Amino acid sequence: MQKFLARRIVLAFVTLLSVSVIIFILGRVSGDPRHIYLDDYSTQEDWDRMGEVLGLDKPYWQQYGLFVSGAVRGDFGRSVKEGRPVMDVILERAPATLLLGFVAFSISLLVGVPLGILSAVTRGAILDRFGKMVALIGQSAPPFWLGIMLMFLFAVKLRWVPPYGREDWNSILLPAITLGWYYAAANLRLIRSAMLDVLDSEYVKLARAKGVSNTGVILKHGLRNALIPPLTFAGVTLGALVTGSLVVETVFAWPGLGRLAVDALFAFDYPLLQGVVITFTLMYVTVAVLVDVLYAYVDPRIRYA
Amino acid sequence: MAVEITGIAPSPAGRLTQLNGIYRKLRRLPIIPVVILTVVVLSGLTAPLISPHDPEKGNLQERHIPPFWYSPEYGIKTVVDRVTIDGRLTQIDLRKAKKVDPEAELGDKLEILTKPGGSARYILGSDSLGRDVLSRIIYGARISVIVAVVTLGIGGTFGVVVGLAAGWYGGWVDEVLMRLVDIKLSIPLILIALVLVITLGQSFGVILTVLAIFIWPRFARQVRGEVLQLKHSDYVALAKISGASTARIMFIHIFPGTINTLIVVATLQVGIVILLESTLSFLGAGVPPPTPAWGSMIAEGRDKLAGGIWWSSTFPGLAIMMTVVALNLLGDWLRDTLDPRLRQME
Repeated sequence: MQKFLARRIVLAFVTLLSVSVIIFILGRVSGDPRHIYLDDYSTQEDWDRMGEVLGLDKPYWQQYGLFVSGAVRGDFGRSVKEGRPVMDVILERAPATLLLGFVAFSISLLVGVPLGILSAVTRGAILDRFGKMVALIGQSAPPFWLGIMLMFLFAVKLRWVPPYGREDWNSILLPAITLGWYYAAANLRLIRSAMLDVLDSEYVKLARAKGVSNTGVILKHGLRNALIPPLTFAGVTLGALVTGSLVVETVFAWPGLGRLAVDALFAFDYPLLQGVVITFTLMYVTVAVLVDVLYAYVDPRIRYA
Repeated sequence: MAVEITGIAPSPAGRLTQLNGIYRKLRRLPIIPVVILTVVVLSGLTAPLISPHDPEKGNLQERHIPPFWYSPEYGIKTVVDRVTIDGRLTQIDLRKAKKVDPEAELGDKLEILTKPGGSARYILGSDSLGRDVLSRIIYGARISVIVAVVTLGIGGTFGVVVGLAAGWYGGWVDEVLMRLVDIKLSIPLILIALVLVITLGQSFGVILTVLAIFIWPRFARQVRGEVLQLKHSDYVALAKISGASTARIMFIHIFPGTINTLIVVATLQVGIVILLESTLSFLGAGVPPPTPAWGSMIAEGRDKLAGGIWWSSTFPGLAIMMTVVALNLLGDWLRDTLDPRLRQME
C-alpha cells in the first residue's frame, strides 16, 4: 500500500514537472514577454529594467528555476490583461469551475448509476435500449454542440433557463448537464457491464437459491461489486471534468477557469495562461491520487499487491 | 435433355424462412455504421465533384437561407413597446410594426415574413456569409478523413513501435515508456494541445502532430500487452532458434498477432480524434478559416442561433455525431467479433 502510494505521488510530481517544463518552453517560444508588457513609447531603459525584474537577463535554466520557485509560492507574476497578480484572478475564478464540476459529477452519478443498473436488470428491454441511446449520444456528440443544442432548445425556444452567464441558480443546469452527459454515459456503460457480470456469478446464484429477494440481490450483492469499475474510472472522470469545463464554459460564458484559460490564450496573456495550466494540472493529479487511494481502500487486491 | 429432379422445389413458405435466415444474418452485421462511414469517406474523396456550391465562396445576398423543407415560423410576432433583447423573435417593436401595418397597436399579433423560405438551391440552407451548408459539410468530411488517416498513421505507427519495443525488451525501456504513457494520461491534454497549436502556429501540420501525440499511448499500451503474451509462445521461440533477427521476430512474427486488437483500437480512436479535432476547431485552434471544418462551422453558426438560424450549426454537429456513433458501433462490433477479450477493458 505504501509503495503503491509512493509511486503514485512520485508520478504526480513528475507529471507536474513535465507540464511546467512544456508550458515554460512554450512561453519562451512565443516570444519575449516584454513585448506584451511594453509598448512603442517605452525606452531601452524600461526594456532592460523589465528584463531584470522578470529575470530575462539570466540563462534559461535559471529563468525556469525562478518560474518554478515562484509557482511553488503561488506567484505566477502579473496578468497582462487584468493588470493584477495571476493568483488573485485564479482564486476568483476557481469556485465557479469547482461548482460546475461538482454538479456535473453528481449528475453523471445520479443518471449513470441507476440507469446502468436498470439497463442490466432489464437487459434487452425498452429501458435497456433507452439507456443505450443515452450512452451512445453522450459518447458520440461533441459536448460543445450538445451544449449549443440544449441552449437553443431550453434557453432560446422554451426560455426555461438563461442561455449563458451565471445569474440565477438555474444558470448552472445547462452547462452541468452538457458536461455531465459524457460521464453519465461512461458510468452507465461501466455499471451495466459490471452488473451483468456480477449477476451471472456463482455467489449471486447462491444468494438467489437461499431466497434473497430480487431487490436484495441487485442492491446488496450486485451493486456493491459492480461499483468498483466506475470507481476506477472516477479518477479519469473528475480530472477530465476539469478539462471539459474548457469547452462548456466557453459555450455558456460560465465565469470559471476554463474560459479564463481560453481567454488568456487568445489574448497571449502568458503569465495568466501558465498559472491556469499549472492549476489545472495540479487539480488533475490531486484528484487522480485521491481516487487511487480510495480505490486501493475499497479493493484489497490493490492494497496488498 | 432430361433433367432428373432430385430435391423438392422450395415452397413459398420455405423461401420465406430462407429470407428470414438471411435477414437474421444481416442483422448481426454493422450495416448502418458501414453505410454512414462509406458516405463520409466517399464525400471526402469526391468533394469537388458532388458538392453543389463552392464551400468557401458565399453569396452575401443569399445569407441565412433555411433548409429546403423549412420555412421559418417567425411569421407571427407580438407588437411590443420596444424589443429589449435582440433576437427575441416573437416580438417586434411598435415603430417597425407601423411600417408594415400603419394600424398596428401594442399587443397586436402581426403576421410578418421577414425571411424567405428554404429552396432547393441550398438543401441544408446557407450560413451567415451566404455559403452552402451542405457543400461545407461535404468538404468538412474531407478534412475529417485526412485528419483521421494521417493522425492514425503517425500516432498509430509510433505507438505500435513503442509498444513492440516496450513489450519485447522489458526492463527500463518498458518502465520509461509506460511512465510516459501514464504522464500523458494524467495531464489536461486539450488545454496543452490548445496552447501548443496557438503558440506553434495554427497550421494543418501542427494540428495533425498534436493529435498524433494524443493517440499514440493507447496503441503503445495495447500492443505492449499483446507482445508480453506472444513473446513466450512456442513459435517465437522456434523463430529465435532458427536464427531470425530481433527485428524480423518483432515485425514478421509478433506484429501480425496484434493486428486484430489494433483494428479495434484504431476504429475507436478515430472517433476520439474526430471529436478532438472538432473541439480544437470549435475553440478556434483548428484548421484556419475559411477552410470548412465541422467544428469551426458549429462555432460560426453559434452566434446566429439566438436569431433562429439553427441550421448552420446543427447539421455539422449531426455530421460529427453520426460519424462518431458509426465508429463506436463498428468498433464495438469488431471488438466482439475479433477480440472478445478486450471487452473487459473499456
